[in-house]
Amino acid sequence: MFESLSDRLSGVFDKLKKRGALSESDVSAAMREVRVALLEADVALPVVKDFIKQVSDKAVGHNVLKSVTPGQQVIKIVHDELIAMLGGSADQEPPASSETLSLIGVPPVAVLMVGLQGSGKTTSTAKIAKRLTEKDRKRVLMASLDTRRPAAQEQLQVLGEQIGVKTLPIIKGQMATDIAKRAMDAARLQGFDVVMLDTAGRMHVDAALMAEVVAVRDRVQPVETLLVADALTGQDAVTVAKAFDDQVGITGVVLSRMDGDGRGGAALSMRAVTGKPIRLIGTGEKPDAIEPFHATRIAGRILGMGDVVSLVEKAAETIEAEDAERMAAKMRKGQFDLDDLRSQLRQMKKMGGMKGLMSMLPGIGKLAKGASQLDDKLLGRQEAIICAMTPKERRDVRVLNASRKRRIAAGAGVSIQDVNKLLKMHQQMSGMMKKMSKMGKKGGMRGMPSLPGMGGMGGAAGLPGSMGDLMGGLGGGPQGGGLPPELEALMKKKK
Amino acid sequence: MTEQKKSWFRRLTEGLKRSTGALSGGIGDIFTKRRLDDAALEELEDLLITSDLGVSVASKLTQFLARERFGKEISAEDVRGVLAGYLTEILAPVAKPLAIDPAHCPHVILMAGVNGAGKTTTIGKLAQQFRDQGKSVMLAAGDTFRAAAVEQLQVWGERTGCPVVTTRLGGDAAGLAFEAMTRAKAENVDVLMIDTAGRLQNRTELMEELAKIVRVIRKQDETAPHDALIVLDASTGQNAINQVKVFSEVAQLTGIVMTKLDGSARGGVLVAAAEQFGLPIHAVGVGEGVEDLRPFDAEIFARTLVGLEVEDAA
Repeated sequence: MFESLSDRLSGVFDKLKKRGALSESDVSAAMREVRVALLEADVALPVVKDFIKQVSDKAVGHNVLKSVTPGQQVIKIVHDELIAMLGGSADQEPPASSETLSLIGVPPVAVLMVGLQGSGKTTSTAKIAKRLTEKDRKRVLMASLDTRRPAAQEQLQVLGEQIGVKTLPIIKGQMATDIAKRAMDAARLQGFDVVMLDTAGRMHVDAALMAEVVAVRDRVQPVETLLVADALTGQDAVTVAKAFDDQVGITGVVLSRMDGDGRGGAALSMRAVTGKPIRLIGTGEKPDAIEPFHATRIAGRILGMGDVVSLVEKAAETIEAEDAERMAAKMRKGQFDLDDLRSQLRQMKKMGGMKGLMSMLPGIGKLAKGASQLDDKLLGRQEAIICAMTPKERRDVRVLNASRKRRIAAGAGVSIQDVNKLLKMHQQMSGMMKKMSKMGKKGGMRGMPSLPGMGGMGGAAGLPGSMGDLMGGLGGGPQGGGLPPELEALMKKKK
Repeated sequence: MTEQKKSWFRRLTEGLKRSTGALSGGIGDIFTKRRLDDAALEELEDLLITSDLGVSVASKLTQFLARERFGKEISAEDVRGVLAGYLTEILAPVAKPLAIDPAHCPHVILMAGVNGAGKTTTIGKLAQQFRDQGKSVMLAAGDTFRAAAVEQLQVWGERTGCPVVTTRLGGDAAGLAFEAMTRAKAENVDVLMIDTAGRLQNRTELMEELAKIVRVIRKQDETAPHDALIVLDASTGQNAINQVKVFSEVAQLTGIVMTKLDGSARGGVLVAAAEQFGLPIHAVGVGEGVEDLRPFDAEIFARTLVGLEVEDAA
């Protein structure tokens, strides 16, 4: 697995104890690590070089703030520069959905989807069409111009039926340009707003096929020509993006498969070499798994800093607001019974289990190995134990005697030790809750009640030690002190 | 025979030449009568990185070159020769063509990989090649998730004259694999190729599903699948290593096929994969035609990767 940039840099700066301005040699040592980190994230080499040069110029002579280490300071500079290069600024939110694509023009306007074979054009076409239909209330017609791959046109047709978007009827043997013209005519007659044209995958070195897509472009005059590219693309990303931009002229990029475990360096490469914005990212196989591009998050991911904001959003989505309110109130009073523990376990499962959570947390390069032994079934077993209890037992653990424990263990199919472990964990957690409520802290807890809970859980006996450190780091501090700035900002906003 | 052999060497090199133009041009620029010094080595490392060899393999190669020739006058041709030799050494042990064992009845090939790598197309091409060798082939449309994936394989079935076992969209892929195994045995076919839905290796539940397909196949024949192949897209970067690793754990891969080498991507990640996993590389795809799926040849790949002309097959 990748080492995160912060791990790498802490190695470089360990020797550097003194404070003050960053010297040229400090910076160049750090930049070597940045270079490797970016290359491992599949950022294209020419882009890496430009980037390093820019950052070095900024970093040399930069004063190290009192409260941070030189390593952290460099990461901040790198991170900010990366965000700027990806086309965002640290505090700027992405545009609203209707602004991700510019569809200004006399309807019907055409959106042309181009890209290599297997980059995800057809799936992205359907996802965008669904988004435009549902979020932007547009009338969308989809048409496949892929006359080459077997059953490509049928694929779009089936997808159209699944998502409830009209597709142009298939006429076998028609040429791509003719299909495009037919789609535009049909859309004009039937009053559609947008025509999504899915094209055949083609190699950018294939002159004949590139000429075909240019002919289509000239025919329909698209308002948007989107290059669909695989987020897992390596060094070739610059060549592909440049070739498509030079030959066809793209207006933006759609990055597919951002839900993979690649670091997404292709995003930076393509943005840097074409200057065209990344409009949308594909984040899953379901037809609504497409999102606007967030420069901040991708920057963190490229640097291996995790995707904390997505984690918090996912948490916010999963946790029912009322549930959270109720639990926060209980926690403030220092009450935390097994019903509450169960709902926390369920939330964690919903959020993709331990591994899902880990993958989004920053600084887990080393811990990722521990994660592979981490058993998501543990959550299920713990839930089963609680389910095997009577409501009375769940409300008050003090009634649990040996005989009751035996019954619960048998009911949940675990050993009595497992039951005891769970009880101990609950005890530790409720102890922590009490402590926290006494401290009367502000912020943190109210906005995001489940995260401190996880912090408590991490320290508990039921989980491996490495997780304990990790979870403790996330939410353990009563002030939410270990949280990155984005997270804190978000929590403030939520409340 | 010579005629035929020549044509496939040419095809492979033509495809790969486009891929390597930039890299070899770069090496030429650096080393036209130059002393091999630190600056030259760094530039060389950069060029290797640009072909997706990865940072660690690239630095290993340059260090190797430094040990051999540091401080000496060296021509571009020499650098290429030395590099090609080293790459061939890494790749030769894993260059093994896909072999059908007639003792297996049927010989079961399972295709896996991430979405859009080219699994179905590769199956179609292989089916045609096996048919040309006079073998009977059955295909199983195990991609029950993607819209029209079944139809896509059915078109290949019609083109190549192979029966295709199918189920409905959203059906159980493992169940389909079981049925395909039963039918293939009953109909006594030589080769059964099972397609699977593309899946990203970090999607645990989808990888579970793949593991189940393998388990179900083994219920019918303990030795199957005789080949479990991962299809890698040549344009994929360092993530390909992770793909091979995770798919290996889940489906006990026996080999690699690399597709789309006819673009400008050079597939250098294969070198890292060969070093790390030692999995046989069976074939490379250099175009859309059936004959463009070619056995992997270490020397040709290595020599074209560094921009050396491949001598005519004699």
